[in-house]
Amino acid sequence: MPTSLLQPEFRVDIDYNKCHKCGRCVQQCGWGVYNFNERPIPDDSKCRACHRCVTYCPAHCITIRKNDLALRENANWTAGLRKAVWRQAETGGVMLTGMGNDKPYLNIFDHLVLDACQVTNPSIDPLREPMELRTYLGRKPDSVEVVPDGNGGVRLAEGAGIANNIKLDTPLIFSPMSYGSVSLNVHKSLAMAAERCGILMNTGEGGLHADLYPYQDHVIVQVASGRFGVNPEYLQRGAAIEIKVGQGAKPGIGGHLPGEKINKEVSTTRMIPQGSDAISPAPHHDIYSIEDLRQLIYSLKEASGYKPVGVKIAAVHNVAAIASGIVRAGADYVYLDGFKGGTGAAPQVIRDHIGIPIEIAIAVVDQRLRDEGIRNQASIVAAGSIRSSADMAKALALGADVVAIGSAALMALGCHMCQGCHTGCCSWGLTTQKPELTRRVDPEWGAERLTNLVHAWSHELQEILGALGVNAVESLRGSRERLRAIGLDAQTCEIIGVKPAGM
Amino acid sequence: MTTMTIKGPIEGYLQMEPSVSVEGDVATIDCQSIYYKYVNEAVRRCFADGVKTVKLINVNGQRYIGTGIKGKDLRIEVHGTPGQDMAMLMDGPTVEVYGNAQDGVGNTMNAGTVIVHGSAGDVLGYGMRGGRVFIKGDVGYRVGIHMKAYEDLRPIMVCGGKARDFFGEYMAGGLLVLLGMESRLEGPLVGGYVGTGMHGGEIVLRGEVEPWQVGKECGIFTATEEEMAALRPLLDEYCSAVGFDVDEVMSVPFTRLVPISHRPYGKLYTYL
Repeated sequence: MPTSLLQPEFRVDIDYNKCHKCGRCVQQCGWGVYNFNERPIPDDSKCRACHRCVTYCPAHCITIRKNDLALRENANWTAGLRKAVWRQAETGGVMLTGMGNDKPYLNIFDHLVLDACQVTNPSIDPLREPMELRTYLGRKPDSVEVVPDGNGGVRLAEGAGIANNIKLDTPLIFSPMSYGSVSLNVHKSLAMAAERCGILMNTGEGGLHADLYPYQDHVIVQVASGRFGVNPEYLQRGAAIEIKVGQGAKPGIGGHLPGEKINKEVSTTRMIPQGSDAISPAPHHDIYSIEDLRQLIYSLKEASGYKPVGVKIAAVHNVAAIASGIVRAGADYVYLDGFKGGTGAAPQVIRDHIGIPIEIAIAVVDQRLRDEGIRNQASIVAAGSIRSSADMAKALALGADVVAIGSAALMALGCHMCQGCHTGCCSWGLTTQKPELTRRVDPEWGAERLTNLVHAWSHELQEILGALGVNAVESLRGSRERLRAIGLDAQTCEIIGVKPAGM
Repeated sequence: MTTMTIKGPIEGYLQMEPSVSVEGDVATIDCQSIYYKYVNEAVRRCFADGVKTVKLINVNGQRYIGTGIKGKDLRIEVHGTPGQDMAMLMDGPTVEVYGNAQDGVGNTMNAGTVIVHGSAGDVLGYGMRGGRVFIKGDVGYRVGIHMKAYEDLRPIMVCGGKARDFFGEYMAGGLLVLLGMESRLEGPLVGGYVGTGMHGGEIVLRGEVEPWQVGKECGIFTATEEEMAALRPLLDEYCSAVGFDVDEVMSVPFTRLVPISHRPYGKLYTYL
């Protein structure tokens, strides 16, 4: 009997006429595709199309192709479904995958367009005029006190307003990715870039490595159900604390960081033994209700000297009501993660079939908090496949205060979205703890690329604001009047509060 | 003189500074109906001023007592009934409760000692990484969930009464002991789902459990003489803290539950 019915997904073709026989592909591949016997011999079945070898081949003689074995066409039984059945029949296992939902669901961002000024009001050129992106993350007061400024005007009274907010230079932060799921050099790159860009990175649930202490004012420290690396010092170091309840890629389930990823450094940072699984239970066992959440929020505030505390949830059916409860429980921000958000590892069935789009979640949460008169009490952070500055601008217009990027940040560091994060063999040295792979990311190089990305998107956002004729991102926030929908059904338009184009 | 805004009552408590009297290095704080925030601020201030022991009197449900406090030689005495999440994230001090405690005692605690001369509620020692929690009486559900050990940190919890379901669920390290000495609960020593998902540490029960009560990730053993002998110093300490007779405690065989694997879900997954 055949050991497997699965055929290789890709073909690695080497043009041996051009090949230098240098063996660099052998050395670069983290998946063990290549053997070397006078020349590199690929094993197609191991290739994940991450293009590490292609990028580093000095002769440009490697081509990765889809293995075009024809299966009889069937739009219902896709090749992916057939392969999963074969694999599960072989192993009896739960299908595991990495990165975000790859199914062709409707992408609402791609059906929204922004407005611009023409004739009746002037647009603004951000290259020559001030364009404010500064954003404050946290609870805003119900009212502000002002005092005379001595020049006939007024200014904010001392201590009024936004004392306990975090200042961001642009409404974009890095989303939580734990040390353990990604390498320390990725964490360092993110932390350095966050400092340079005046934004925040987020530890994820794997603790804060000592090498990141110099950047701690730009770090959100996360508290998840496994409580890895959480102690009073950890809480006091962070700029803010985030309670992770859920993740867009795997709402409602916990996490298992496999023992082989728990090396000495990861073990020290998480404060757990080396080699044993790091299991995050599905729920926090001290949160079974909104009241319990309030209890945890305030215990973290007590233990940290009243730092801002945010709550991260996956966008699910009743997200608006849940977010309202979170705000009433005392959260300084609500982090909404849509169902296309990425992950280091998640069961495929969960990743691809649970949760709702971030666009809808932003709109309904923003509206619900406004309707209840509590919108000022918490900021909304939106994530779950923010792919460009256009997505960022649309998310802000739908009602988010800040967006967070994870997949895009990893791509800035070399990720090619091969969806193999869970294997621990990332050839780009991102989602692995193997020292020969992790050293491939130089944090200085990484920080520069991330800084470039943040600056580029921020500049594009300024251009969008200029076209809209506003001079501050605050004027775009929640301004759904500046959005129109193309090709969305009437009910979706109503739910997200956006008119169809032409109206 | 600073102007003071009078704040109204909150959650049934008064928003005002409690009265604090200091004698030598011992401070006494009258907590009667004072909002937890003011009580805990007063406690932190006392320790910052060099006080070594804080006596909290008339405690009636104030939350977060001892939460986040660091310092090995510090001591908090609680007279009355403390509220939720007592000694959460605590790192070193000793908290002794002359009464019952509620939920979340020792939540994510790092080091120190908690002694409760009464019963306590649910989710005790959740994610606890070090230190000791001694409860004299009964405990509720989900006690000792996800306790974990790290290097020289090894959390220990001993409960003198009975426990409900999910005792030691997800346990990743440390030692969880249940004695069934004095109880106001009916039914067996412990509920179901004991040690479900356990992948580290050990659970010790005075008496026996039925296999149906125990998670499939645990192996069930009768404690050997050597293991009993190794437990004696801890039980000695526990008994002298809460007032049991150690010989009586050790007069019946103990059951040990230990995980079969450190990687209970290692073979769960497959991928393309």
